[in-house]
This record gives sequence, C-alpha cells and structure tokens, in this order.
Amino acid sequence: MAYIEIDESRCKGCGLCTLACSRKLVMMSDTANKQGYVTAVATRQDQCTGCSLCAEICPDVAIVVFK
Amino acid sequence: MQQVFKKPVSLKDVQTHFCPGCHHGTFHRLVAEAMDEFGVQKRTIGVASVGCSVFLYGYFDIDVVEAPHGRAPAVATGVKRARPDAFVFTYQGDGDLAAIGTSEIIHAANRGEDMTVIFVNNTTYGMTGGQMAPTTLVGQRTSTSPYGRNQGKDGAPIRMAELLAQLEGVAFSARVAVNNPKNLMDAKRQIKKAFRYQAEGKGFSFIEALSSCPTNWGMDPIKANERVGTEMCAYFPLGVFKNAAEF
Repeated sequence: MAYIEIDESRCKGCGLCTLACSRKLVMMSDTANKQGYVTAVATRQDQCTGCSLCAEICPDVAIVVFK
Repeated sequence: MQQVFKKPVSLKDVQTHFCPGCHHGTFHRLVAEAMDEFGVQKRTIGVASVGCSVFLYGYFDIDVVEAPHGRAPAVATGVKRARPDAFVFTYQGDGDLAAIGTSEIIHAANRGEDMTVIFVNNTTYGMTGGQMAPTTLVGQRTSTSPYGRNQGKDGAPIRMAELLAQLEGVAFSARVAVNNPKNLMDAKRQIKKAFRYQAEGKGFSFIEALSSCPTNWGMDPIKANERVGTEMCAYFPLGVFKNAAEF
C-alpha cells in the first residue's frame, strides 16, 4: 500500500502535481499555508500506486513517497 | 514500506525563492540527484550565474563560486584547471548564457573544457523584470518588446544546443524539458549523461533545459507549463544533438 506526504509549508500551490497524477488523487485544497499559497492535498490514498510522478514534477520537492 | 522518493542529499532542505510553477526548482533537484548518483557532492564546485539561478549557493549543499554576469564558463575554466580533481558545473539562465555571456560559453565550449553547463532557457530575463532575451520567441511580449518580438528588427531566437553541438570541443549537447512526466524522465537521463561525461573526463557537456516563467509570461503555472510543451518545444526541439562517446 503506497502513500504520499505533502509538506504543506513548502507547497506553493502551482498545481503541477495535480496534472501528473494519472488517477487524479492529488487535488488542490481550499486552505492556504503560512506563505499564503493554496496547497495541494492527497486524497483517496488507498488508490495510490506509488508511481512518484507527483513528487518528480514538484518544483519545490514538497512531496515524499512511500511504497 | 520504504521511502521511494525523497529530497536528494545534495539539495538543502530550504524554501526556494522561485515563483510557483517555475521549473528552476525541478532542474535544481535533477542536478542534485545526478550529483548524488555519481557520489561527487564533496568534490563538486558549482559556478552560479546572475539571474534567478543566483541563489544556487543557498540551495545546493556544495561549494559554489558566484560569477559575474555571463562569465560562469570562464570562472569554471579557472576552477577546473586549478582543481582538476573537482567536479565543476555552471548553472546559467538564457539572459546570462545566450546574451551577456555568449563569448564565454562559445570559447569555453570550443576549448572543450572538462565541465558541465546547465543552461535554463525560459525565453526571458526572469529576475531582472522580464526583458527580451536572445531566446525570446518571435511575437512574444516582454517588457522591452511590448508589441511582441519582431524578427526583422530583433532577429530570430538563438538555438544554443544546436549551435554549440557544431563545435569540435563539445562532447555532449542536449535539450530537455520537464513539462510532463515523460519529458522529465528523459531530462533526468540526459542530465546524468552530461555528468557522466565529466565523471569520465570525456569533455564539455551541455544541457539546455526549457523552463517556464509564469510570472514574466503573465500566465498561471498550468498555462505556462503548457506553453513549454506547445510553443517552446515547437521552436526548440527536444533531443540529443551531439553524443561523442555515445553514452
């Protein structure tokens, strides 16, 4: 069972991870972090395959992946 | 259960100053991953340029020399000749490498200096306020080409990867992008190849990295990311233009 962790404080809300996830499990939240950016959140983690593409595409290296 | 993706050791665990969606952060990570793979972190000397890449020393956990605008290949030449055991790379933007530092890059490449150059092309002067660069696409509006770049007056954008590939001294030249997972994985392979050239002392290696600049293009990160794949890749084709050792 794979899952990802998004470091909210590092996320700048660019949304590139939401495009990279082929299962659309990464979505934008409606809450802002300390920097004022609306952050990405991982949803339905039970469907995550641990492909790591969301983490690969993240310009701020805010995502880590466990598998 | 184990961690399959984590921040590279050569990259410091700090917040970057890059705008949301800017590809600089991704290229920083790919370069750091390549350093980790070759185990050269301790003996790497990076040469930073002027531009958004100027804070390199704050993001990479390596030794860094800060070069005057455009002069990174000249400084790197000195570093490599004084310390042949060091692993030397420059990280420059398009305003830095393709405009102000044209002379330095062409001659360093022509001499075949044993170094790696990472050239981040975002078709504009990012840090200084979005002025027109030699790589700005025809018709693109910038703060110094408010009606769009005019090919008759300003010339056509320079394709640096192809230009340098013609030089005898260049061993490896490639153009990569990270706008989608497929291109990103290829970019990772090419950057590692470029580092391998230096690790094995095979000569000058050059990577042109197509990047977005959402702020200066006046686009949101998703649209800017799309533009890399459509407009930029159409004029700046991705691929390997020279691979002398056939890695």
